Amino acid sequence: MQFFFEVLLGGLLAGIMYSLVALGFVLIYKASGVFNFAQGAMVFFAAITFVSLLERGVNFFLAMLITLVAMVLIGIATERVVLRPLVNQPQITLFMATIGLTFFLEGFAQLLFGSQPHGLELCTSTEEPRSCIRDEPMSWFSDLTGGINVSQFDVFSAFVAAALVTTLALFFQKTRIGRALRAVADDHQAALAIGIPLQHIWAIVWGVAGFVALVAGMLWGARNGVQFALTFLALKALPVLLIGGFESVPGAILGGLIIGATEKLAEVYLGPYFAGGGIENWFPYVFALVFLLFRPQGLFGEKIIERV
Amino acid sequence: MLYREAGQFRSSYAEDQQIFPIRQDRIAFAVLLVVAFLIVPVVANQYWLSALLIPFLIYALAALGLNILTGYAGQLSLGTAAFMAVGAFMSYNFELRIPGMPILVSFALAGVCAAAVGIVFGLPSLRIKGFYLAVATLACQFFVLWALTRFGWFSNYSTSGVITAQKIVIFGYAFESTQSKYLLTLAIVTVMALAAKNLMRTGTGRSFMAVRDMDVAAEVIGIPIMKTKLLAFAISSFYCGVAGALYAYCYLGTVEPEAFNLDLSFRILFMIILGGVGSILGSFLGAAFITLLPIFLNVGSKAIEEALGIEVSHAMVSNLELMIFGALIVFFLIIEPHGLARLWQIAKEKLRLWPFPH
Repeated sequence: MQFFFEVLLGGLLAGIMYSLVALGFVLIYKASGVFNFAQGAMVFFAAITFVSLLERGVNFFLAMLITLVAMVLIGIATERVVLRPLVNQPQITLFMATIGLTFFLEGFAQLLFGSQPHGLELCTSTEEPRSCIRDEPMSWFSDLTGGINVSQFDVFSAFVAAALVTTLALFFQKTRIGRALRAVADDHQAALAIGIPLQHIWAIVWGVAGFVALVAGMLWGARNGVQFALTFLALKALPVLLIGGFESVPGAILGGLIIGATEKLAEVYLGPYFAGGGIENWFPYVFALVFLLFRPQGLFGEKIIERV
Repeated sequence: MLYREAGQFRSSYAEDQQIFPIRQDRIAFAVLLVVAFLIVPVVANQYWLSALLIPFLIYALAALGLNILTGYAGQLSLGTAAFMAVGAFMSYNFELRIPGMPILVSFALAGVCAAAVGIVFGLPSLRIKGFYLAVATLACQFFVLWALTRFGWFSNYSTSGVITAQKIVIFGYAFESTQSKYLLTLAIVTVMALAAKNLMRTGTGRSFMAVRDMDVAAEVIGIPIMKTKLLAFAISSFYCGVAGALYAYCYLGTVEPEAFNLDLSFRILFMIILGGVGSILGSFLGAAFITLLPIFLNVGSKAIEEALGIEVSHAMVSNLELMIFGALIVFFLIIEPHGLARLWQIAKEKLRLWPFPH
């Protein structure tokens, strides 16, 4: 039973990390109806920029700021160069364009910073004693619960994700820009008609998605190292989107938790019956598929109404 | 002046319904076939045949399969490479396990196996649409590759999971030279492309398009949605399966499951988007473009290097190529979202009026 809880907790915390990537997808899909396949490449780009700046001796927070500016610039450039000429095209065309963008960003990131993997430690200062968040089990927690090991790092990223979602929720609900964003998501033309500048809004959304990519990139980079494999994170986030719904921020979080937990539990408990495991790769997809058979729009997706 | 239908009168329904109603089109197509079948194998060298023309034809066939599903029936799929993998591995197993199995029959049976897998993974399309479906087809991609890697039976328990295609022998003639493999591929692709072109003109093809344009409306006018969608998945996967078998037998020779990864699925999706969604010709144009682009980029980068007299590191060149590839895709999508087939159509319309445009 204790082992079960340990697996479950580990899965839930890993799920939060998936949610962070899924969040970037949701933001852009919500506001512009673009299924942004380049989110994984953006995560990679943000992480490698950040880690390269750190390695050149730039201060932690300054590096974060510079990377953020770079991501926002990329967002604005994407809106200007890729999306604006493709307004009113079918969604699949926009999707293909973001795959093109993925290739471009992957090439660009490796051209600037090289393709060797980097290690990343989340330390706020370089002088001793360094305050770092490491991937170590928390001793007080395992004492408290009778030996369930939970990584300090996972808990930290869970808090970061929670903070991020709260901020985004407040941003969407309370600020003027947030309301404009929701209006655009509802109906492009109606938003334009009441004088919301569509192009600014899209640039802002891509900027925010860049920020989310930076956070996801820092956390994933610290966990698995900053390497090209970060781009495949996009694939991990897709079943999360299927379950949570493409348009829902809470859906991304809840979906992440569900996928993370089922993935780990399935690997541990079902894996041995399936030709020796390794089912982690496809199980989330099949699980999401079965889920969709019962709820085709995902947990929080917009209700599908069909009219002829 | 050269290309117009003035004066060509049709006097029977059969003439009116033929694939190429304009005489010039028929002549051009016949010339193309003659060149492809008779002249190219003589003129082209080994490199051209094995590195360009054979992969081009195979990609075109796979793109054609995806185009039937995505372009005609409107179901977005990201699992094309998985269907190709099923085709490749099943044809290998048919040849291996059934003695005296004719190779063409095992290609066809491999296609049927791929079609069966396609139907299973097409089932979600009855409930979900658009990007939800696209992501759901990724399940097929990952599941099939996992199964082919994990279950040794598929690769005849080879330790590395690699299969080596058997010799192709048809009626005692061994297809060993590159020329003969090219001709075999070309013949299969031609027959299947013509079949697809005709299929899209039948009631089945029209019901595909009705489902694509609006499935609720199609249902209202009495098109069985379930049958149509699953049939589209089956036919599309059959084409992809045969393409996969050719990929193993005529192009690579030895294949591992990893050869059919997600990248290949995306490449084929690129082909139909750039070539033209819902167009048979588009599949071929797109396949040609995607096959040639990396080669042009490579040649171009070498030429620039020599012209400037600088040594550029290999990693930098490949990264630059990646960037240019991505940028070109975005560029093509912006200038012609309906693909190269649309450009061809515009060119033909212009040609009909030439030299008097009014």
